[in-house]
Amino acid sequence: MKILVTVKEVEEVEDDFEIDGNAVAETYLNYDLNEWDDYAVEEAVQLGEEHDDVEVVTVTIGPERSDETIRQALAKGADRAIRVWDDALADLTMPDPVTTAKLLSAVVDEEEPDLVLSGVQSDDTAYGATGVALARLIDYQWAAVVNHLEVEPGAETASVHRELEGGVEELTDVDLPAVFTIQSGINEPRYASLRGIRQAQSKPLDVYEPSDLGLSAEDLTSAFELTSLYEPESETETTLFEGDTEEEADQLAGLLNEKGVVEG
Amino acid sequence: MSDVLAVAEHRQGELRDVSGELVTAGQELTDSTGGALHLAIINGAVEEFADDLSLDGVDTIHTVDHGEEFNHDVYLQTLTQLYDELDPEYVVTPHTVNGMDYAPALAAEVDLPLAPDVIDFTNGDGLTVTREQYGGKVETTIDVAGDGAVVTVRPTEWSRTETAGEATVEAVDAGIDDGAVGSTVTGFEAAAMGDIDISEAEFIVSVGRGIEEEENLDLIEDLADALDATFAASRPIVDNGWVEPGRQVGQSGKVVTPDVYIAIGISGAVQHVAGMKTSDTIVAINTDPDAPIFDIADYGIVDDLFDVVPQLIEQFE
Ligand SMILES: Cc1cc2nc3c(=O)[nH]c(=O)nc-3n(C[C@H](O)[C@H](O)[C@H](O)COP(=O)(O)OP(=O)(O)OC[C@H]3O[C@@H](n4cnc5c(N)ncnc54)[C@H](O)[C@@H]3O)c2cc1C
Repeated sequence: MKILVTVKEVEEVEDDFEIDGNAVAETYLNYDLNEWDDYAVEEAVQLGEEHDDVEVVTVTIGPERSDETIRQALAKGADRAIRVWDDALADLTMPDPVTTAKLLSAVVDEEEPDLVLSGVQSDDTAYGATGVALARLIDYQWAAVVNHLEVEPGAETASVHRELEGGVEELTDVDLPAVFTIQSGINEPRYASLRGIRQAQSKPLDVYEPSDLGLSAEDLTSAFELTSLYEPESETETTLFEGDTEEEADQLAGLLNEKGVVEG
Repeated sequence: MSDVLAVAEHRQGELRDVSGELVTAGQELTDSTGGALHLAIINGAVEEFADDLSLDGVDTIHTVDHGEEFNHDVYLQTLTQLYDELDPEYVVTPHTVNGMDYAPALAAEVDLPLAPDVIDFTNGDGLTVTREQYGGKVETTIDVAGDGAVVTVRPTEWSRTETAGEATVEAVDAGIDDGAVGSTVTGFEAAAMGDIDISEAEFIVSVGRGIEEEENLDLIEDLADALDATFAASRPIVDNGWVEPGRQVGQSGKVVTPDVYIAIGISGAVQHVAGMKTSDTIVAINTDPDAPIFDIADYGIVDDLFDVVPQLIEQFE
């Protein structure tokens, strides 16, 4: 069984930041493995540990910088990695989710996995859409927001739980091959061991240009154009308790007394 | 004169509130396109739902009865057919867990751009959507190119249309190809919540990822004890297995409405806020002055929880 895991390197913004034009200034950005993809990688690696002959391949669309994030996934147990990039992609500042899914679909055509695992959403843009769009483009079945997955190599269906709102889970059987978008909490993502980190250095990480995958310039156009980026206005007047820590705590204690939730 | 197609949401025999919000959002779009507003009701008690959703601004309701519950293949096939027949400019769907299970597939199928989790839009010379990024720390406006779009709207961002209207109801023969239905819902289950119920609590002290380590949780539990408040948490704390699921506040946990909710080291992600925003008084303790929790907090302390909380405990011991 071959499992393809889509892995995104996400941008994280520092507490205090500045906006430069239509972007958060580069110095305030850090890069990391997307939280939900960490769960997807773990799920794939665990399937590999439970069954024989499971290959776990990760795919990332991103610049050379993301190799560090990809090596994290390799260190946690993925077998090899694919990264897709070229100058045209670098110019595509805000790919819409269907465009990203098209890029990923070219990798699926190449790899023909039995199972694709994606994160429910990414920390930075939070579209929550790429995995399901991908499924349709590659004509696989799918399930979104999966918090429990049972699948056997060679089986025709997988059983999943989809986590709906309000503590309700939907139990669904899904034909394979399929794409599942993995919800946080489905497992306990491991920390990479020192041995894993060492091994990751020698695992294959192949870099493709979109043209290597049969994609044309037309496939690399986004429907999205970012026109502004700003800090949102607060919906409420927030009264800040200021001063040294003791004064802050004092004022909060005063408020709790006033609201009658504590006996003072 | 372009039309708009909105899609209702229901579960286990009940329409979900977001359906009425979609009518409002859809109507806002038809106001600018000058076309008709269509509403699709797929599966469930379609006739009863159609009665309830015959609301001001809805021109035609299209019902498809091919099962009790949501099924993404039935939704995809029906909506693809309606899209081909009605040729709407925009399809409006909810950014809910089920919405996430069919809207992206529909966009891919009919080759429209997808604008997900939208909190506002304007439609003049084309569609411009407003959405959040970086967990709500910034907002963006985005021009969406193309001859239309699938727009998924964030629940509770639009008010619910409640005024009755006079929509025409049409039962559609969607000619569902059961051979192409590749997923089957076999049941529903309540997530294991244990026997704790925080939903009636009047005073809640809630902790998030700012606590960093499991062993630090004692600090917040001590505070909850000292204040005689109910102890709760954000999702990552529950995902880590540090706190039982029954204490999770948010979209996939409990909705709470206490007199006072103190959020400690919680950023205020939309799915968390969905579970606590109607608290009477919200207090946030967070080192990040730009954390979105301050957008809804009534009172705040911008400081390190590891300094503030011990001080607070001392006040009440
Ligand atoms: C389908 C779906 C459903 C979800 N359902 C839920 C749900 O029901 N409930 C829920 O909570 N989430 C839910 N989430 C997850 C949600 O998107 C966020 O990831 C989550 O709420 C973040 O939790 P947090 O605020 O504790 O962590 P973070 O976002 O990491 O925030 C931690 C905060 O702590 C602050 N901090 C750090 N150190 C300190 C310190 N020393 N002192 C003070 N402050 C500090 C930081 O500034 C930051 O603001 C859901 C997500 C999805 C996709």
